[in-house]
Amino acid sequence: MNIIVCVKQVPASATVAINRDTHTMIREENNSMINPFDLYALEEAVRHKETHGGKITAISMGIPQTEDLLREVVAIGADHAVLLSDIAFAGADTLATAYTLASGIQKINVYDLIICGRQSTDGDTAQVGPSLAEKLGISHVTCVSKIDEISKDCIRCHRLVEDGYEVIEMRLPGLITVVKEINEPRLPSLFGLRRAAKAEIPVWSAADINIDLKLCGISGSPTYVIDTFTPDYHVENEILIGSPEEQAKTAVEKLSEILYTVGAF
Amino acid sequence: MTRLRINLEKCVACLECIDLCPCNAIQYDQTAVYIDQSCTLCGLCFSKCRFDAIHYKEVLPEKPSTENKMNTAGHKGIMIFGEQREGQLQEVVRELLGEGKRLAVQLDTTVSVVLLGMHTDALAKELFAFGADRIFQIDHPLLDYFNDELYADMIVQVVRQYTPEIFLVGATTYGKSLAPRIASRLDTGLTADCTRLEIDAEKRLLKQTRPAFGGNLMATIICPIHRPQMCTVCPKIMLPIEPDFEKTGQVIKPNIVFSKGIKTKIVEHIKLKSNHANLSDAEIIVSAGRGIQKLQNLELIRALADCLGAAVGASRALVDSGWIAYSHQIGQTGISVRPKIYFACGISGAMQHLAGMMSAKYIIAINKDPDASIFKVAHLGLVGNIEQIVPALINEIKSHYHY
Ligand SMILES: Cc1cc2nc3c(=O)[nH]c(=O)nc-3n(C[C@H](O)[C@H](O)[C@H](O)COP(=O)(O)OP(=O)(O)OC[C@H]3O[C@@H](n4cnc5c(N)ncnc54)[C@H](O)[C@@H]3O)c2cc1C
Repeated sequence: MNIIVCVKQVPASATVAINRDTHTMIREENNSMINPFDLYALEEAVRHKETHGGKITAISMGIPQTEDLLREVVAIGADHAVLLSDIAFAGADTLATAYTLASGIQKINVYDLIICGRQSTDGDTAQVGPSLAEKLGISHVTCVSKIDEISKDCIRCHRLVEDGYEVIEMRLPGLITVVKEINEPRLPSLFGLRRAAKAEIPVWSAADINIDLKLCGISGSPTYVIDTFTPDYHVENEILIGSPEEQAKTAVEKLSEILYTVGAF
Repeated sequence: MTRLRINLEKCVACLECIDLCPCNAIQYDQTAVYIDQSCTLCGLCFSKCRFDAIHYKEVLPEKPSTENKMNTAGHKGIMIFGEQREGQLQEVVRELLGEGKRLAVQLDTTVSVVLLGMHTDALAKELFAFGADRIFQIDHPLLDYFNDELYADMIVQVVRQYTPEIFLVGATTYGKSLAPRIASRLDTGLTADCTRLEIDAEKRLLKQTRPAFGGNLMATIICPIHRPQMCTVCPKIMLPIEPDFEKTGQVIKPNIVFSKGIKTKIVEHIKLKSNHANLSDAEIIVSAGRGIQKLQNLELIRALADCLGAAVGASRALVDSGWIAYSHQIGQTGISVRPKIYFACGISGAMQHLAGMMSAKYIIAINKDPDASIFKVAHLGLVGNIEQIVPALINEIKSHYHY
């Protein structure tokens, strides 16, 4: 089984990690990290490889520095990692990103299953996975919370939906996006780190993957950000002062008024 | 080409952004701070700039080459994905219809719905009542249950035949899986999880606004030369219109072909009641954030919820800490809610959280920091420590309602 895992570099400060033992915040020293959702994707691939064998290739589109993060990916268990990096890729929206990743994956050529994180913590669209599957002409399942079984040409998995989950079978090759319920990602081992230090991480440019420049980066992106702003909500608000008891008293008086007007009871 | 620009009138060269930039794309050469080509437009710098000196600059393709330019003129009307599950219209479809109507007036056009399923005539009536002018109905046993491949196939065919200028999809699990497939096949843009839609009538553009950039910012996004303009819209944000069950409209059965060899199959659908912690239907929600500080204090929050008959929600920070299940998360990446009353306890009021609860009728915030942004959106604010305020509230509610 050949598995491809898509990973993305995201700004570290966009998320806050919490140490599960001490429940304190981990302040990141680095400015960037692997998109946490992609670590679940990688973990799932590594677990499959451990029990069934096969090969894992990680792929990322990003700036040259993403190479460091790809080394981490190799340390965790990927056999190979490829970086798609070119100025022509900058400013890509989800469509251009999907197209670029698809071109890279077509160059890798051999794969049975592609695993992506459900979404990235910075862009947060959850669109690249399905969009990539479409560009490759393969099927996809989003929000996978459990893989039951992977056979030679079929995967059976659980997809998390609003009111429970579905058990889905998909013929391979196919793509899944995973949610964090799926596993607990591991840290790189010392041996892994040593292997990663020596790993060769090819960097493929636009020319290397034979891409149409009109379809990648900013020129291949149909969407444009035209404005960013901090919203002004204009709420008539009242901030209470006084002791907790005084505030609570006023609040509950207000509340009972409101409960009638908005009709919650 | 970069689209970020530093306003040197405002920049004081504090250089904080240089440290912050994950791509090392910001440079300082003693006279100016500038952003070079390694910028990936992650937006971290401008969400954090204290001097408001970094801006997005609108750089549209100067002269869209003719091959690039689609004939947008041939595209007209607003089309909505009429998501149904087990013969029930999803609430978000009614909301999209309400919003679609509002947009259609400004564009002087009509609203249509693509309705896929089996025996959906009753739904068609409902869709007309809630504002649909036309319905593209495909009734087929294979479409009874949602399937990405088939649904995408059907919708792409309808869109190609009837060329809407706008296509809206509810940001449900299915909608968010389906929409990127469709947009990718049509090679058009797609904006995720919009919370506001506006029209530039002159250019016939849909201005799509969503929370963005991992910080406290909203971004407005357009899709100038590709059609249809597509986005997914957060549930519980837009408002349905008053239904008029007398109203009818045109039902069209489009000519479509079914592709052979479907590669995905739903074997089983297992329902769990608790998945969304009953949040979507709750009249009152009491939510907790990192400000509760200790796991034990979650019991305080539960006690407050219990005496109000409320459901318990949470911020992502609390979910990430592992104290409460993801199914309680409210916000952009959790669930959107529209209760009558929303209590935010120890929640700072980050945009991503607000995105999921702003349409609550009445918001009560409890926070020890009088400057917390949650107070800007709250109707009523209580300033103080959760550990004191919440018990006081519980006492007061109990004595007020005599139990
Ligand atoms: C892509 C993306 C998606 C996101 N999606 C979501 C989402 O869906 N939902 C969501 O909630 N967040 C989301 N976030 C995270 C969001 O940006 C915030 O980090 C998060 O909402 C903060 O949670 P909080 O308010 O509980 O914590 P904090 O921001 O840490 O706020 C804690 C608050 O508690 C107050 N406080 C502290 N101690 C006390 C006390 N003893 N008594 C009273 N008050 C106290 C503090 O003054 C502070 O205001 C997302 C972020 C990103 C980048």
